[in-house]
Amino acid sequence: LAPPGLQPPAPLRQALLPLPIYLLVAFGCYSLATVGYRLATFNDCEEAAAELQEHIKAARADLRRRGLRL
Amino acid sequence: MAGRGSVLLPTYNERDNLPLVVWLLVRTFRHSGIDFEIIIIDDGSPDGTQEVAKELEKIYGSDKILLRPRARKLGLGTAYIHGMKHATGNFIVIMDADLSHHVRVCFIKQKEGNFDIVSGTRYRGNGGVYGWDLKRKLISRGANFLTQVLLRPGASDLTGSFRLYRKEVLQKLMEKCVSKGYVFQMEMIVRARQLGYTIGEVPISFVDRVYGESKLGGNEIVSFLKGLLTLFATT
Repeated sequence: LAPPGLQPPAPLRQALLPLPIYLLVAFGCYSLATVGYRLATFNDCEEAAAELQEHIKAARADLRRRGLRL
Repeated sequence: MAGRGSVLLPTYNERDNLPLVVWLLVRTFRHSGIDFEIIIIDDGSPDGTQEVAKELEKIYGSDKILLRPRARKLGLGTAYIHGMKHATGNFIVIMDADLSHHVRVCFIKQKEGNFDIVSGTRYRGNGGVYGWDLKRKLISRGANFLTQVLLRPGASDLTGSFRLYRKEVLQKLMEKCVSKGYVFQMEMIVRARQLGYTIGEVPISFVDRVYGESKLGGNEIVSFLKGLLTLFATT
């Protein structure tokens, strides 16, 4: 046990005791909020997908011209 | 930026995607005026990937398309090591053989900031995804959040695999990295930061697999978590 002279006073100890739980809950809320925000703002690349389809068409036509059997 | 880029393409059953990827790469490099080579490392695919690769070699020339296959499925890390032995470029581009975007943008960014590594990110700028349902997006954001909190990597997309490295940087990193799979990609960035390399980011669009299936299952998630914790504990 800690020597009597080194222990913090009783009221301080009472305040400190639930601190880990508070921190955990606070962190939990922060995580939920952050992930939620990032999820909502996750970009959907419609243009990129459309562009890719165009590229694929061009690629297949060109490759067929060059003799590749697709 | 003078120099030559070596693109490492590990493939397994990419018979349909491979010609398209190669065509896009060739076009992109030619437009940007940067010299290049594409090294195809096929792990004994049973679907005819190697035959397609040989045809591509005939079309584009064997100085541009290098076939360096292996007998069977041996894993991504060793595929990179194997590919690097044959790479003559001073920059190495690592990407999936399933239709990623904007290789050119990577090089321009590298030139701007003279970075050691350029990493494609889906989470910043106008980077993003297409064809993902809410569940997949949630898993992705959740996993990424965990990596940010635990590893503080200084890069926004740690599990992405679309990157450009200076050759000597990649060699040094490959010596130091020990994990496999997804975790390997994460470890590269974490180690890079430890060694003081500069990392630039470029927004990329990840379009859901046009042909073929994605490989995200329950097993993957477990091994990701295990790997993440290992990295946390050891780096």
